[in-house]
Amino acid sequence: MEAIWFAIVAGMLATYVVLDGFDFGAGFLHLLVARNETERRTVLAAIGPVWDGNEVWLLAGGGALFMAFPGAYAAGFSGFYLPLMLLLWVLILRGLSIELRNHVDSPLWATFWDANFALGSTLIAIVLGAALGNVLRGVPLDASGVFHVPFFDSFWPSARSGVLDAYTVLVGVFTLLALGGHGGLYLAMKTEQQVHDRSLRAARILWACAGALFPLVTWATTRVAPELLETAVHRPLVWILVVLLLASVAALVMGLVKGNSTLGFVGSAGTHFTLLGTAAAARWPVLLRSNLSPSFSLDAFAAATSNHGLRVALTWAAIGLPLACGYFIFLMRAFRGKVQLEAPSHPTGHA
Amino acid sequence: MSDALFWHRLHFGFTVTYHYLFPQLTMGLALLILLLKWRAFRTGSTLHNEAARFWARIFGVAFAMGVVTGIPLEFQFGTNWSRFSLFAGGVIGQTLAMEGMFAFFLESTFLGLFLYGEKRFGPRAHLASAAALWAGSWLSGYFIIATNAFMQYPVGHSIGPEGRLQLADFWAFVLNPWAIWQYLHNMTASVVTASFVVAGVGAFWSLSGRNPEHARLALRTGVIAGLIASCLMVFPTGDRHGKLLAEKQPATLAAMEGLFESKPDAELAIIGQPDVKRRRLQNPVVVPGMLSFLVYGSFGSTVTGLDRISEDQWPDNIELLYYAYHVMAGLGTLFIALMALAAVQLRRGRLEKSPPLLWALMLAMPFPYIATTAGWMTAELGRQPWLVYGLMRTADGSSPQVTTGNTLFTLLGFAGLYLVMGILFLYLVGREVAHGPGTPHAQAVPSGETRLTGEAA
Repeated sequence: MEAIWFAIVAGMLATYVVLDGFDFGAGFLHLLVARNETERRTVLAAIGPVWDGNEVWLLAGGGALFMAFPGAYAAGFSGFYLPLMLLLWVLILRGLSIELRNHVDSPLWATFWDANFALGSTLIAIVLGAALGNVLRGVPLDASGVFHVPFFDSFWPSARSGVLDAYTVLVGVFTLLALGGHGGLYLAMKTEQQVHDRSLRAARILWACAGALFPLVTWATTRVAPELLETAVHRPLVWILVVLLLASVAALVMGLVKGNSTLGFVGSAGTHFTLLGTAAAARWPVLLRSNLSPSFSLDAFAAATSNHGLRVALTWAAIGLPLACGYFIFLMRAFRGKVQLEAPSHPTGHA
Repeated sequence: MSDALFWHRLHFGFTVTYHYLFPQLTMGLALLILLLKWRAFRTGSTLHNEAARFWARIFGVAFAMGVVTGIPLEFQFGTNWSRFSLFAGGVIGQTLAMEGMFAFFLESTFLGLFLYGEKRFGPRAHLASAAALWAGSWLSGYFIIATNAFMQYPVGHSIGPEGRLQLADFWAFVLNPWAIWQYLHNMTASVVTASFVVAGVGAFWSLSGRNPEHARLALRTGVIAGLIASCLMVFPTGDRHGKLLAEKQPATLAAMEGLFESKPDAELAIIGQPDVKRRRLQNPVVVPGMLSFLVYGSFGSTVTGLDRISEDQWPDNIELLYYAYHVMAGLGTLFIALMALAAVQLRRGRLEKSPPLLWALMLAMPFPYIATTAGWMTAELGRQPWLVYGLMRTADGSSPQVTTGNTLFTLLGFAGLYLVMGILFLYLVGREVAHGPGTPHAQAVPSGETRLTGEAA
């Protein structure tokens, strides 16, 4: 039962990264690929109806983590206190940028929110990556079962590292590149002409950089958490995910080379999902890795609630998760095809 | 007050109070918009449809604010209240996770469709998305109330091997009787807030001679819904909630009412200042026997006062609790009076010719917010000193390793951010109200005015 919920939580958080990831990527590229008012409205129109639903995956995934593994929720969230709070502030500002930008027709107003949107999205992409880096590297969890990490301490990964060290920053940069490429493909899929061309070009460049950085990230991961690779090679699920990962990468590369943005986007989504899935499958059953001693690590069995609670929750999740996926497909179909602004920015202004 | 616990409490209290300013409007407004849409759909009235569209614009801004201020709250359980999360997560995590899965996905999906899809999907789909939005937001409310109800009156749980709470009976937990009455009370309150806002905006238009037809519709909608909801606040929802309180949390009821002595024919304090040290009410204006009657239905019944409860079970801020409750109940009574008066004039067709009443309706707009906030303060201060009633004390729930410095830093950050957001909200809503219904002055949100080339296929 713990394993099922470990998979559900990991799956929901990976879905969050795939979905909200493309609108973070779109935000990262916003100022670069959209140069005038019409183009910027087009970019926002591409993510407007879906971003809120994407963000719900974070809340729902967080809720599932809270319910299934209260121990990990309590130790992890209080341990990452400040970084999480800063992330929340950026999430708030970024959400407002999307929602409020078009409420007032003034170039100053729009410029402010555009910049806010781009900056916020970029920061979140890096922070999400750094967060993943922290989870992979581990935190100074000791016998008391709680920890506290400062922002920075020793920059080279060690037991004294803060939230940001060489490794987590590396993962953060990799994530920004990969999500930027992901967002670029999404925009290329949803837009036409100039925005489409620029987005596709950006996606090619960013994914190429991410690909170049990947061996370094993998090597660094095996250095900070050597046991990950050792356990991974013995797990059939990891191998299945790696095969799927390779297939996704193949689709991604083909899409990028041929300029087929839909194929590329599907490949890109698969790449993100399976990459995170592989990490989670290799990591099971550890939820919070202690970088002091493996015996202090918090695993799914220690962190989980009662079996009865997990079983009850599985019953309603079996209804809820398909519903959530159904809504998403419904929304994607409802707003399918290319975005085209009907009235290209000739606001009526105040009567 | 430099202790960490105080700042943790203020941190959550501030962020949750601020957050709830938005959902209390959107949940009530969702119902009123649905009614307007339904009317427009049935009768083909453009007026009703225009009104629905106007309120949907206000709804959109308030909803965005509600979403972004709501995200931190779920995190704060873990960040600031980690021992509580560890202790109770196995139970309350159920409802919080269900809220995400069943309510938030529903809301977020249909919000896009509702705000920007009227032209593309037609009136029937638009009405359906209004209904889905209403259902989603009211469902979300239930899950949150069920979570809070567990903290007020824990049921359906058992205590696990490590002393943590675990789920024992799902349906007992989800259908907690406390949750049902608290929910009805709370949702009615959100309809009160929305009705007062709608009526207040109508009064503003009417007084300033703008949009006469819309002013009339807003007044009619707001006053009728406001009168019904204000009455339901007191009876049966408030009444039943109070009786549960007397049964399950006698200390809370005694402190709310400023009843220091147990007695038959217990009086209801209308005005008075609690003097906790001397255990009496100063300058009391009371209705004799009324409290006994309200709680037990007979004047002779004995109501438990604080004297029969050991002091370590007393709520830790009796004065604030007393005032919070009296502000809520006092305002609630005034709401009924104002809306009844307005309804009489409406019925006689003279509401728009009664400027004093219109002024009162316009100026009354902020008061349901105050009453609702005071009501929640009553619930939360009344639960003290418990975090989960009878099971975990508030002092035992906070995160041990989060320092006062960190809590204060982030509290100040939230305060600054929320101040800016409050100004933005008032500015944007003020613009909409000043502009009135009719053609929106800006293309509300991009996707609204989009047409998809792929659709022709």
